[in-house]
Amino acid sequence: MNKTTDEKAAPTGELNRRDFLKRVGYASALALAAGGLGLALFDAKGPAAVERFKALTGLGDFTAKAVASGPGKMAIVRGTDRKVMCEQGIKALGGMEAFVQKGDRVLIKVNAAFATPPSLGATTHPEVLAAVAGLCFKAGAAQVMVTDNPINNPDSCFAITGIADAAQETGARIIVPRASLFSPLSLPNGKLIENWPVMAGALTGINRVIVVSPVKDHQRAMASMTLKNFYGFLGGRRNVFHQDINGIITELSQLMKPTLCVLDGTVSMMTNGPTGGSLADLKETGTMIISTDPVAADAVGVELLGRTLADVPYISMAEKAGAGQADYNLLKPVRIDTKV
Amino acid sequence: MRIVTVRRISQIFFLIVFLWFCITATLGSTWWQLRGWPINWILELDPLTALATVFSTGTLYVNLLWALVAIVLTLLIGRFFCGFVCPLGTTNQFTGWLARRSQGSAARLEANRHRPLQSTKYYLLAFLLTLALMGSVLTGLIDPLPLLHRSLNLTLAPIADRGLKVLSDEPRFYASAWLLGVVLLSIVGLNLVLPRFFCRFVCPLGALFGLMSRFTPWRIGKTSDKCGDCCLCDEYCEGACRPSGKIIGSECVLCFNCMDRCPAGRITFAGQASAAGEAGLPDLSRRGFVVAGTGLLVASMWELGGLSGANRNPALIRPPGALDEDRFLARCIRCGQCMRICPTNIIQPALLEAGIQGLWTPAINYRLGRSGCQPNCIACGQVCPTAAIRPLSLDEKLGRGDFASQGPLRLGTAFVDPGRCLPWALDRPCLVCHELCPVSPKAIFTRTVFQPIRDGQELSARVLGKSVDLYAPLPKGVNLASGDYYLRVTGHPGAALRRIIGFSGNRLTLDNSLAVEGSQVFYVAKVDIMVRLQRPFVDAIKCTGCGMCEHECPVSGQRAIRVYAENESRSRSGRLLI
Repeated sequence: MNKTTDEKAAPTGELNRRDFLKRVGYASALALAAGGLGLALFDAKGPAAVERFKALTGLGDFTAKAVASGPGKMAIVRGTDRKVMCEQGIKALGGMEAFVQKGDRVLIKVNAAFATPPSLGATTHPEVLAAVAGLCFKAGAAQVMVTDNPINNPDSCFAITGIADAAQETGARIIVPRASLFSPLSLPNGKLIENWPVMAGALTGINRVIVVSPVKDHQRAMASMTLKNFYGFLGGRRNVFHQDINGIITELSQLMKPTLCVLDGTVSMMTNGPTGGSLADLKETGTMIISTDPVAADAVGVELLGRTLADVPYISMAEKAGAGQADYNLLKPVRIDTKV
Repeated sequence: MRIVTVRRISQIFFLIVFLWFCITATLGSTWWQLRGWPINWILELDPLTALATVFSTGTLYVNLLWALVAIVLTLLIGRFFCGFVCPLGTTNQFTGWLARRSQGSAARLEANRHRPLQSTKYYLLAFLLTLALMGSVLTGLIDPLPLLHRSLNLTLAPIADRGLKVLSDEPRFYASAWLLGVVLLSIVGLNLVLPRFFCRFVCPLGALFGLMSRFTPWRIGKTSDKCGDCCLCDEYCEGACRPSGKIIGSECVLCFNCMDRCPAGRITFAGQASAAGEAGLPDLSRRGFVVAGTGLLVASMWELGGLSGANRNPALIRPPGALDEDRFLARCIRCGQCMRICPTNIIQPALLEAGIQGLWTPAINYRLGRSGCQPNCIACGQVCPTAAIRPLSLDEKLGRGDFASQGPLRLGTAFVDPGRCLPWALDRPCLVCHELCPVSPKAIFTRTVFQPIRDGQELSARVLGKSVDLYAPLPKGVNLASGDYYLRVTGHPGAALRRIIGFSGNRLTLDNSLAVEGSQVFYVAKVDIMVRLQRPFVDAIKCTGCGMCEHECPVSGQRAIRVYAENESRSRSGRLLI
């Protein structure tokens, strides 16, 4: 111990006054701080039984102004070349310019559920994605994003389905479904989607949504097309909703109003859906449906699968809920045959 | 340039190479993800892995040819690997230096003196090699290279990446990762006790290099026995190999600190014996080797457990391409590369699922991760450095092309648990497992049954065409209009089932009028509310055990459909079907 500390130290048994006052000062300050902190954090009620979140009530209405009033628009295009069918169909509805204006930020919701190659038809075909994204950019879109919350590992899904390459070629960007993109959502009047994680973050800054889906068999829902594709906005252990598959798809139809739906029935998965896995499960049905109305689009898709609306209850249920028109002929669809 | 500067540059270089290969061991489409980066290179340099697998399998697997480079160099110049290459050695040296920066020379001398217990690592080596001879390769548990890969892949990288999201978009999970972390932290922490503690006392790879450097033509030594008493060489010796006196060659890690520090330049690295005398090896006692030799006994005791045969754990699912259990344990070094690369994060380090001899070997856990084993993925076999998981082709995994006759590779078989399955036990429609089965035609098929729901039988009703008014309140908690519920007239098992398409109050709307044997029912009737249940069954001939069903089953605790090892392709003993 050196000399200076010796001098500073108080004589044994007797408190140095200066030191004493300093200590009283420190102690009081800490006591005050502790008391203040305690009061500031005071919680008389105790914890609630269930944690409450501020939940969203929907993902929004992305209907383009041009078609906001009046019935939806629809084109049913026959052919085999997906790109040509998309382009002609959209042209027949007034061109992509009717839906996407300069500076718009577009989200394309694909079905990338499985890490399987495009030839197996279990996912959105990259040619359709490329055609739609290309048209969006041509119409002046500032940004085109592509997303889905798939069943397999997202990176594998986007890569193997060819969606990542198609996006990259056109300049669109993939949004990978990270946990931070999901927020709790409760649909007003919803029974199933209550405080449920939904990929709302993918829609930040987005003002146009285009849903691009394949036509597939699905044993539980009977068909997986546009409305079923909305399932990919859900997070969490969403499979519990399969107990009421028609109910959940009907609620999903209330989640958002898309700008445009592209339903690709060039080749449809007739059996073993929605995974497929063999070329034997597929059939050339030569039809591309472009519609502002997801319910009408699915009503056409059901016919491609050789089924009726009675086989697929959720279409009528979604119509009743106000998501669209199941009797698609009321939309006076433009019919085009690209093979002629 | 000073030789120690060269050494430091080399150490930093190989540490960076190691870390870089850990980063590039990522599945993805950008230039730094896999793309032929030799992610296993450092593991392949490992002569202990090579020797142990040679002992256990009788062959040197092609990837491990690199080990010969390390062996030849070591035979000529000694433990250069420990001093210049080993990333764990570098970490140990650095932490040891950090902990002793401000210590005086006396403390340093004490820390770096030779200790008889340094012989322990030779006994450990003997123990592990004996086990390998018995067919159980456990070197990877403590061999620094697999150990470091495993620790980084399964603990440090996932933690560091949680915020960065470079290595994976979703947080990675590894069961019992904490234990791996504790081992690594202990190894690094022991450097506070003594510098390079692990290298000196534990490292079996170091011991093997030590034995190999027994006849090196070039080595560290003194040019003359006459010397002052500065002992700077001993003070800074990383290997604690007594350079000032009778140097213990096998303990020298070639740090070159002695040569660098000697004020008289009396220490050289040359093709001559040290003037102060040499001891090839530290004192090794026969007793130590006898203890080590009990490895033989231990391994034969493991055999008694019958884990690879009659008593095997049916819940143990190995990655696709894994060899049968005996041959698998003869190769797996538990480096964790397969667990790191698996895009769905289902390959997990086993704790005791595969017995003590299977500690930290890869086992699939279908409850973790993103999905089951993806049909179009063969990453795990491609990265396995020792072919414990064979490098499959997609054709072989899927049973296509040349492999069409043997069919797809099976990891096991899914079994439905009717006690937990929604349509079996709880009267709820579900069918998620069927939906996700990736096999075509699906391995899961359904049988449809109609069951009267609870409190839904013999209800008095007034029938008006498609509308039916019930006199009793409607059962609560089920959405009768969901399309899964039907009505039929009570007491007529053959009566047509009518789908309920709407309800309000106590009125049900049907898709067709109620009828019994072709004739419509009017006014008063007793009716049953039926639920249509599609119950899943597994066709074991088609099931590949990919676990998509188990992963997605909404009964999220103990799943209602689970994959067990029965019928897995890799084992004959587990064969189920005839």
